[in-house]
Amino acid sequence: MSKTVIELQNIKRNFLVGDEVVHALRGISFSIQEGEFVTIMGTSGSGKSTLLNTLGCLDTPTSGEYLLDGVSVRTMSKPQRAVLRNRKIGFVFQNYNLLPKTTAVENVELPLMYNSSVSAAERRRRATEALIAVGLGDRLEHKSNQMSGGQMQRVAIARALVNNPAVILADEATGNLDTRTSFEILVLFQKLHAEGRTIIFVTHNPELSQYSSRNIRLRDGHVIEDCVNPHILSAAEALAALPKNDDE
Amino acid sequence: MNGTNLFKIALRALANNKMRAFLTMLGIIIGVASVISMLAIGQGSKRSIQQQISEMGSNMIMIHPGGDMRGGVRQDASSMQTLKLENYEKLRDECMYLSAISPNVSSSGQLIAGPNNYPSSVTGVSIDYLKIRQLKVEQGEMFTENDERTAAKVCVIGKTIVDNLFPDGSDPIGKIIRCNKIPLRVIGVLESKGYNSMGMDQDDVVLAPYSTVMKRLLAQTYLSGIFASALTEDMTEEAVDEISGILRREHKLKETDDDDFDIRTQQELSSMLNTTTDLMTTLLACIAGISLVVGGIGIMNIMYVSVTERTREIGLRMSVGARGIDILSQFLIESILISITGGLIGVILGCGASFIIKSVAHWPVFIQPWSVLLSFAVCTFTGVFFGWYPAKKAADLDPIEALRYE
Repeated sequence: MSKTVIELQNIKRNFLVGDEVVHALRGISFSIQEGEFVTIMGTSGSGKSTLLNTLGCLDTPTSGEYLLDGVSVRTMSKPQRAVLRNRKIGFVFQNYNLLPKTTAVENVELPLMYNSSVSAAERRRRATEALIAVGLGDRLEHKSNQMSGGQMQRVAIARALVNNPAVILADEATGNLDTRTSFEILVLFQKLHAEGRTIIFVTHNPELSQYSSRNIRLRDGHVIEDCVNPHILSAAEALAALPKNDDE
Repeated sequence: MNGTNLFKIALRALANNKMRAFLTMLGIIIGVASVISMLAIGQGSKRSIQQQISEMGSNMIMIHPGGDMRGGVRQDASSMQTLKLENYEKLRDECMYLSAISPNVSSSGQLIAGPNNYPSSVTGVSIDYLKIRQLKVEQGEMFTENDERTAAKVCVIGKTIVDNLFPDGSDPIGKIIRCNKIPLRVIGVLESKGYNSMGMDQDDVVLAPYSTVMKRLLAQTYLSGIFASALTEDMTEEAVDEISGILRREHKLKETDDDDFDIRTQQELSSMLNTTTDLMTTLLACIAGISLVVGGIGIMNIMYVSVTERTREIGLRMSVGARGIDILSQFLIESILISITGGLIGVILGCGASFIIKSVAHWPVFIQPWSVLLSFAVCTFTGVFFGWYPAKKAADLDPIEALRYE
């Protein structure tokens, strides 16, 4: 039995919009084991953004218990959650969110800048390793505005890897990319999965669920489907099957 | 989270916006530079006045008759006849704390030398007067004690008198000038002292033995004043007490009577002038201080815009583990760096400007080390004070909202 990384017990999250209470999450329970590649799907308004924020310790649930790597998050203070994010979570965003006018390696170093136990030399070494792992070993000193969308997303993934997190949270990580680049990024995620990383991929695109090991579907704040994917497609094969670009 | 990392983060953020950082700095630079140069001008004029006062004789004590009432009417000091030559002689013989003492009588009138004339006054003094007023005889010599005894018709004159009575440049020594029909032979010319801080020409002076002025020019027995010099500046007060004691005894005043004389020291004059220059310095510093505050508001303005512009960046930093305090510190360090760097440049510019004022406009300028320290401290404080609000705003952002900010 592998280790449980994430455990949600009847998570509810209510928002007060004006005088009206909006129930974004209406009691969600599931747990994710180490090394799983989970796709969380749902249409807009299904509560997946709220769930992602909760999983990422950016938000706390109104009720229910959330254990991240065995630690209860709900009662934590804001600074405590910030430290927890720094050590246990790697974020990958749809719009990359790289620092402007900053080199790739400096962008990747960012999470370690907020961890005083990592020395400057150690920080540089780990950032370089992470960039090599995502295939950007030759672009360490490129500035963020000199890179393509795919490259920027790779830098963002390297940044999510650099603190060796318990879980990588990807929010529509391929949403801004063309089909070919999307598959390249998916190949990278599958590679990380194969290396034993725990990945949660939030998307509204049902197609992507075929490449992950487990699918969770949300609707109106409830989990309506939670199944293991019996036939995991290889993103590398799908990429090879794509028609070649005209300019190549 | 350690300080060096935060410092690096703040430095990188500034380096990414060099132009903006510089323009923000400009306000602080101008503020600090003007504070320093204004204080330098204020301090400079204060010191130059102090110097002039000490040139006039910093230990000087002036005794004038006064404070008398006749039938309920308070009399003008100059019409008083209470200060006699005997009083002077008593003070000269008895005072322990005085290094020099001279009577002072003055007769004004038209001075005539050949075809030229000039309105001035002849001051009757003793030899000690030179020491009291720190005057020097440049040409010729001072009259002697013998001249005082015999009421000799001799005088020592200042440069202004020379220029007006002997405009052709001839040597005045040995020439005769007449005052109220009394001929006086010029035996010396005083070294020029220029104008004093109150705009009085210190070279417009004719010195003659007091006996000559009293007996030959005025025919009076009382003095218009006595000038004296205390042994040192610190002994001025003791000297004043001693003089006052002797004069009260000589004037046979009862315990309950008010003094019928008036003693002034140079210290009073200097403190009065200091008050004036201090007021001017404060005024200048206030004006300069306002520009420093405006510079501070400039920092606040830019930092505020910067926080809004970098909302997404702040959200990202929070999502990768920056706590509120880390964000707060980053923005505070940025504004402090701006204000300190601006302050340093301002100090250099302010000192430079002071030197330019000194060499071009020839104003007395003096940079006090404390004014540099003060303006530097103020601009650091400005950085913290005006950086706090935007930094707090950044730290209080909700990471979810900040990440979604467009």
